[in-house]
Formats: sequence, structure tokens, C-alpha cells
Amino acid sequence: MSASSDVGFHAQRQARWHYGEVAFWLIVLACGFAFPTRYLIMTDILRLALFAMSLDLILGYAGIVSLGHAAFFGVGAYAAGLLALHGIVSEPVLALIVAGLAAMVLGFATSFLVIRGVDLTRLMVTLGIALLLEALAERFSNITGGTDGLQGIEMQPIFGAIPFDMFGKAGFFYSLAVLFLLFLFARRVVHSPFGLSLRAIKNNPLRAAAIGIPVNRRLIAIYTLAAFYAGVAGALFTQTTAIASLDVFAFERSADLMLVLVIGGTGYLYGGLVGAVIFRMLQEVFSTITPQYWQFWIGLVLVVIVLVGRQRLHRWVLYLPNLVIRQIAGRKAIVAVPESDA
Amino acid sequence: MTSILTNLFDGVAYGMLLFVLACGLAVTLGLMNFVNLAHGAFAMAGGYICMVLVNRMGWPFFAALPLAFVSSAAIGIALERTLYRHLYARSHLDQVLFTIGLTFMSVAAVDYIQGSSRVFINLPAALQGQFDLFGVGIGRYRLMIIVICGLLTIALQMVLAKTRFGSRLRAAVDDPRAASGLGINVPQVFAFTFAFGCGLAGLGGALSAEILGLDPYFPLKFMIYFLIVVTVGGSSSITGPFLASLLLGIGDVAGKYYVPKMGPFVIYTMMIVILIWRPNGLFGRTAAR
Repeated sequence: MSASSDVGFHAQRQARWHYGEVAFWLIVLACGFAFPTRYLIMTDILRLALFAMSLDLILGYAGIVSLGHAAFFGVGAYAAGLLALHGIVSEPVLALIVAGLAAMVLGFATSFLVIRGVDLTRLMVTLGIALLLEALAERFSNITGGTDGLQGIEMQPIFGAIPFDMFGKAGFFYSLAVLFLLFLFARRVVHSPFGLSLRAIKNNPLRAAAIGIPVNRRLIAIYTLAAFYAGVAGALFTQTTAIASLDVFAFERSADLMLVLVIGGTGYLYGGLVGAVIFRMLQEVFSTITPQYWQFWIGLVLVVIVLVGRQRLHRWVLYLPNLVIRQIAGRKAIVAVPESDA
Repeated sequence: MTSILTNLFDGVAYGMLLFVLACGLAVTLGLMNFVNLAHGAFAMAGGYICMVLVNRMGWPFFAALPLAFVSSAAIGIALERTLYRHLYARSHLDQVLFTIGLTFMSVAAVDYIQGSSRVFINLPAALQGQFDLFGVGIGRYRLMIIVICGLLTIALQMVLAKTRFGSRLRAAVDDPRAASGLGINVPQVFAFTFAFGCGLAGLGGALSAEILGLDPYFPLKFMIYFLIVVTVGGSSSITGPFLASLLLGIGDVAGKYYVPKMGPFVIYTMMIVILIWRPNGLFGRTAAR
């Protein structure tokens, strides 16, 4: 077996759907029917999961550290809000796509700034862009509503047939469908030769360039795609909550997002989804203990995670599931931790 | 004309303050290549300690300032020895996450202890108000800041350029491996510099309560400013961050005065343009290796 077909064989085996993944999505769907009183928080988790998946695409696969991912979330949120408010595109799904595209344009434009320089410059530039947009949104308060946010958004029925109800049921299944479709696409992308080349770039940009991968073009492409995902997440936020305020651009949003991804693990797409669930539950627990100071505990979680070491932590967390899988399926663990965590 | 000069004066005071606040960060970044987003937390600690000493315990302002410096430095070295030093070899992402965590903790902790509203330090009467110098309005407090920060800057420059410790530090910044090969105890040099930088931040925090405003969100609000100073100024010398601070201070004051609607917009645009134009900073050779 030649080396190239060997690589192809492994890549294809990696890309195959596992039972665990099917089970995961079935459980998520089942949650929708099992907890009819919890639609709002579950929708919130789905949104966060999509947003985290977007960061995972650039952080986990391409190794771009971003402190300002909320910029795209915010652009998506305001775009969806404005589209609905002024009735430009009143059909939600179409508006969702348009909002995503708006964020994508911004992502494409700023990707040229981000691919330059080292980690530190990237951190600064992404952070700066998010702050800049926040300042802009505050400045043009006649469009964005300033600190009050966009108010009076009324969502039209999805496809003109399914209205948003006040319990958030339609919102939940709508978000779930969007998340699943985008997940399928992301899964396809990261297992494609394109996705493999991104990993090569993450591990060593110099070598990747030496074997003929157009490093900058690939980074621009994935950054733009991630911006689209974040924009869609932002648009979902506006559509399901019917508000868009300045805090969509807040630094805390980007920082929390990092935490979500760190809890879940980077570089296998499910990290964002798992992390979002755990993060929201943690937040719930902390805010019931100390309503005002939950941020302290979130900070403590971050510090402890880093000090313990993210990879070690994930090995502990995955120990039990992997044990079960080994016993039942009698083969190697399928929920693996990527070897070179960002 | 006089309003321009007054603005310039305020801008210089503001810039000098930023320099004292941020120069510790320049060393952290330059020497250990460590991204410390929690730097503002040390400044906040100094500010609050000064506030408690002056307002609650009746210390004179000028006696409380050195103590703000010392206690921030003590907190800095305690954290450096226990937590920070484990992270020098880690990736930037880990460092960012860790320091964001610390920042969140400090914000919530100060909020819990002192409440979330802005605090003021009772200033002695000699520092209040302003006087006219050739028609230019000069705030007494800002003049004191310029004097203190100017003296500190000169002292820092002298220490860096003339003393043995300074040359060790410069050697370590230039090339840590070669420096340790020459028998310089790089971790020790760093621990000392880190503590000193934290102390300066604490002093800056105490001084800035009047100008920048001191509340529990201080570390988050001004994090971007410190980072701008360091990334724009580069971290290979002390003059780079100094000039960058002055530029930022004057630019921010002028921006808020002449185009108030654009607000912070001016600063962020300036930063992004400079970083695109020169990714390693305006005056630096290497902002990060």
C-alpha cells in the first residue's frame, strides 16, 4: 500500500459516521421532546454551540487565536435585527443567510489583517476589530438603537408557515435544524483535503507552505467561513430572542466563548457543542449560588483548567465514555482527544 | 490656541500615566513572551489599596502611594512564584485563558469586597483645582502626575542603561538563552522585574483613580489600552512604549475633545492601522518571538 493511499484510507476512516455521533444527535433531538419547559435555555445552548463551533473552525483546525469573535456574532445579530425590523427580508431563513453573508463579508475583509503577524498581533487585531464595531454601533445609534438596542423586532413565520411561539418551541427546533445543517457542512469541510491541509498549517505553517499548500489563501477561506457561522449564530440570537443590543460585541462574549471551547476541547467539532452544555450548566449553578459574582467562579474554572492542563483534563473526562465504548464495541476509543491541542 | 495647549497638557499627563501603568507589561511580553491580560488587575489592586488607606484609615495621600506600589509588587511576586511561572512555556492561548480567568476573578472579588460603584480617593487640597500659566489652564493633579511619572521614567531609563541589573535585563530581553548561558539567572531577573512592573501598575492605578476612574471593571476597560501601548511601542526598549503612551494619551484626549462623537473609534483605528503597517510595533524590533 503506497503512502498516499494509506493516508487516504485513514482520512476516510476518520470521516465515517460513528455510532456515538448518531447517538449524540438523537439525544439532542430527544431533549427537545423530553424537556418542553426548558426551550429557552436549550435554544440558548444551541446558539452558543454554533458560535463555539465557529471558533473551533479557526482555533482548533487552523490555529488562529481570536479574542474578538463576537464581532461577527454582533454583525449577524444586528443584520438579522435590522432586516426584520425594516421588513427588508422578512422570511427568517433567508434573513439568516443574508445576516451570515454580511458577517462573512466582514470576515473576508478582516482576514487579511488577521493572517499577518504572530499570535499576539492576531489577538490585538481581533480584539480591536470587535471593540471598533462596538464603538461604531454605539456611534450610529440612529441605526442600531445605541445602548437601548434594537427594539420592537417582530419575527415572521419560518417559511411563511411556522410561527415563533412564546414558549420557544419553534425557536428551538429551528435553531437545532440550523445547527445540524451547519454541523454537517463543517464536518464535511474539516474531513476534506482542505480540512487536512488546515491541520497541516496549524502544526507547522512553514512546512505546509513547503509542500505546496497556499497557507494564506487557506487561512482566509476558513476565517471567512467561520465568520459566516458566527454571523448565523448571531442572527439566531436576534431571531429567537427578538432583541439585539450592544453587548453582542462585548469582550466578555468572546472570552466566554474561549471558555466554552476550552471546556469542550478543540479540534473535533463536538467540543463546542459539549462545552456549550457544560458552560451553561456551570453558569446556572454559579448564578444560583451567587447571582452577582458568578464571574468569579467562571474565572476560577478557567484558571484551574489551564493549570491542570487542557489535554490531561480531557483525558480524565473522556476516560469513562471511552471505557464503556471499549467494553461494548470492543475496539479503540472513538472519542479521541486530538494530539496537538491548540 | 490655549485650548490646544491645555489639551496637549492633559494628553501628556494621560499618556505618562498610561506608560507607568503599562510598562510592566512591556517587560513581561518582551522578556518572557508572556501575554498577561491580567496586568490591569494589579493596577486596580494598587488603586483600591490606596483608596482604603486614604479614605478609611486617614493616611496622607503621598504616604499611601508608596504603599500602593509595595503591596501591588508583593501581590505580583506572590502570584508569579505560585502561578505564573508554570505558564511561561505554554502556548499563547493557555496564557490568554489563564490571565482572562484571573481578570474575571479579580473583577468579581473587588466587586464583592468594595461594591461595583466608582470610587474616589480624597485628595489633599494642594492637588485640587488648576492655575493659569501664560493663559494655559494647568491642573495641579495632572502636573503632579507628569512630575512623578516623568521622574519615574528617567529613573527607569537610568536603571536600564547604567546599572548592572539593567544590562542583565536587557541581555535577557535580547536573547534569554544566550543570557542564561552567560550565567545570568534569567528567571530571577524576570521575577524581580515582574514584581517591579506590578508595583508600577499599582502606583499607576492609585494615581489614575482621579483621571481614568476606578471601579471593579478597570482591568477589562483598560486592558486594550495597555495592550496598545505595548504592541504599538514594541517591547525591546523603554522608549518605544513611552512614545506610544504619549501618542495614545494625546490622541485619545484630542479625539474625545475635537471629535467627541467618534469617541474611542480614533484609537482603535490607529492601533489596527499601525499593527497592519508594522506588525512588530512602531518602535520595536520584535514585539513577540
